[in-house]
Amino acid sequence: MERVLMKGNEALAEGAILAGCRGFFGYPITPSSEIAEYMARKMPKIGGVFVQAESELAAINMVYGGASTGARVMTASSSPGLSLKQEGISFIAEAELPCLIVNISRGGPGLGGIQPAQSDYFQATRGGGHGDYHTIVLAPSGSQEMMDFAMEAFELADKYRIPVMIMAEGTLGNIMEPIIMREPVSKFIEKPWATTGCKDRKPNIVNTLHLGNEELENRNHQLFNKYQIINENEKRADTFLVEDAELVVVAFGIMSRIVKKAVVEARKQGVKAGLVRPVTLWPFPDEHIRTAAKNARLFLSVEISMGQMIQDIQLALAGSVPVEFYGRIGFTPNPEEILQEILRLAEREGL
Amino acid sequence: MKKVFQKPESLTDAKNHYCPGCSHGIIHRLVAECMDEMNIREKTIGVCPVGCSVLAYDYFNCDMLEAAHGRAPAIATAIKRLLPDRFLFTYQGDGDLASIGMAEIVHASARGEKITVIFVNNTLYGMTGGQMAPTTLLGQVTTTSPYGRKAENEGYPMKMAELLSSNEGSAYICRTAVNNPANINRTKRAIKKALQVQEKGLGFSMVEVLSACPTNWGLSPLDGMKWIEDNMIPYYPLGEFKVKEEQ
Repeated sequence: MERVLMKGNEALAEGAILAGCRGFFGYPITPSSEIAEYMARKMPKIGGVFVQAESELAAINMVYGGASTGARVMTASSSPGLSLKQEGISFIAEAELPCLIVNISRGGPGLGGIQPAQSDYFQATRGGGHGDYHTIVLAPSGSQEMMDFAMEAFELADKYRIPVMIMAEGTLGNIMEPIIMREPVSKFIEKPWATTGCKDRKPNIVNTLHLGNEELENRNHQLFNKYQIINENEKRADTFLVEDAELVVVAFGIMSRIVKKAVVEARKQGVKAGLVRPVTLWPFPDEHIRTAAKNARLFLSVEISMGQMIQDIQLALAGSVPVEFYGRIGFTPNPEEILQEILRLAEREGL
Repeated sequence: MKKVFQKPESLTDAKNHYCPGCSHGIIHRLVAECMDEMNIREKTIGVCPVGCSVLAYDYFNCDMLEAAHGRAPAIATAIKRLLPDRFLFTYQGDGDLASIGMAEIVHASARGEKITVIFVNNTLYGMTGGQMAPTTLLGQVTTTSPYGRKAENEGYPMKMAELLSSNEGSAYICRTAVNNPANINRTKRAIKKALQVQEKGLGFSMVEVLSACPTNWGLSPLDGMKWIEDNMIPYYPLGEFKVKEEQ
C-alpha cells in the first residue's frame, strides 16, 4: 500500500472522495478551509459538484438538497460556522438524509479564536439545533483516521439514514502525517426514497412537517427507535492499560494521544493510570467507561474546553467513582502538565 | 364528446387547504398545466417553502421537498447540480423569498442556477396571520404595521423582479398577476417560458405572481382581485424584466 504525507484536512477530503462523495458545499472558515480548497480542485475532475455557498446556512441546505438525490454529499466548517448550520442539521436529521458534516473545531464562544478546541462537544452530541435528535459523532485522532473516518462516516450515514459528524480539533486538520491510501468504495446501497424525479414510481417527498399531535409524537418515536439501535451497535472507544488502572483518564481526539504519553510516564512513576479514548462521541461509549471503572478509584476527564465530556462520564458512572476535570482553552494541554495533574491526584488519593 | 377541461395530471387529488379567494390554487394549477403540457412531470422536482404553501408537497404530483424558511433556492441548487437533466422549481412566498431567504435567492440568481422560481407576492406573511413583509405597500395596515407601513420606519417595499433582473445570471424574470383571466393566461405563458429557459440551460428564471390574500387583507375574494389591480400593480408593474436569448 502506498504511504503518502498528507495534511489532515486533505486526508479527510480524499477519504470522502474515496467513499464516493460527489457533492461538496461549503463556506470558507479557518481552520477548515483546506477541505473546501481540496474539493474545489478535485470535484470537477471526477464528475462531482463543488459549490462555494453564499453562507453556512446555504451550504447546509445544499447538503439537504444534495443528500435528497441519494448522492453522497458533505460540508465542512469550523465552530462558528457549525452554529450557523444548526437549523439545517435539525432538518436533515428529521428528514433522515445521510450526509457528512465536518467540524474542524476551534475555540469559542463568539468569534473566539482559531486555536484548536473541543468546546463544541455539547453542540455536537446533544443535537445542537432545535428539537429532539442526534447525529453520530466521530472523533479522529490523526491523519489516517481523518481519511478512514470520512469513509466510515458515509457508510454509517447511509446505513442509518442519519447525518454523521466528524469533530476534529484544528490541530488534526493542519498537521501532516504519513498515511496509507485506501481503495475507493465501489458498493453503495439503494436509496429508493431519493427525490430524483418520479419516473416509473409514485412521487417521493422529503419533508419535516408533522402537524398532527399523534403524527409528531410517532415521528419522534421512530427517530428515537433508530437512535436506540445506533446506541446499541455503534459505540466505540479505544482503551489503554485500563485493566488494573486505579486512575482512569478519559480524552478524545488529539488529546487522547497527548494523554497516552502522560499515562505511560505515570506508570513509570508507579501510578496505575489508564486511558479510555471515546471514538464515537455520540453514541457515547458508556460501557467502556464502566468496564474501565472496575479497579478505578478516580476518573479524570482531560478536554480542550471548560469541561463538557465530563458530564457523559459522570452519567456513565452514575456516582460510583468520582470524576475530576483538567482542561484548558486557548492552549492544548501538554503531556507534562497532564502528568503533573495525574501525580497530584494520585498523591491526594494515596494511589 | 370532446373533453375540454380536466385536472392536470401534475396535481394530486388532495383537497387543498387554501382560503376562499386565495391565489395559490390558481398558481398551483398553472404550474401543473405547464408541467403536463411539457410532459416533464416525471422529471420535475419541486421545493416548497415555509408559509401558506408549505403543504404544496401534498398537491403537486411529482417529487417534492419541503424546505426550511427561505432556503429553497439553496436546496434546488444542489439537486440541479447533481441531476442536471431534471427540472427544478421552487415555490416561495414573499416573506420566505424576500426577507429570510434574501441571500439564497440573490445568490442562486447571481450564479445563474438553472432553476425556476415561482414567487407568490401577496404583500404579507399569510400563514402566521398577516404580518408585514418586505413587499407590504406603503400605508398598508398589517398586524405588525398597525398604523400603516411608513417609509421612515419600515423602509420601502422591495421590488424583487427588478432587483434580480440586474444579475447577469438571471435569464428570465417576469412579473405577472392572477387578478383576471387575461392576466392568468399571461402568468401561465410566463411560467412555461421560464421552464423552457431552464430546459435550454440559459440560467436562472423567476416569475413573480401578484396574488390575493383576502383573509389577511380583510376583503371579499372579489374585492381582493380588485385590490391587486388598484394597489399592487401601480407599484409592482407587470411585464418581462429580463429575457436572455439563446446564443
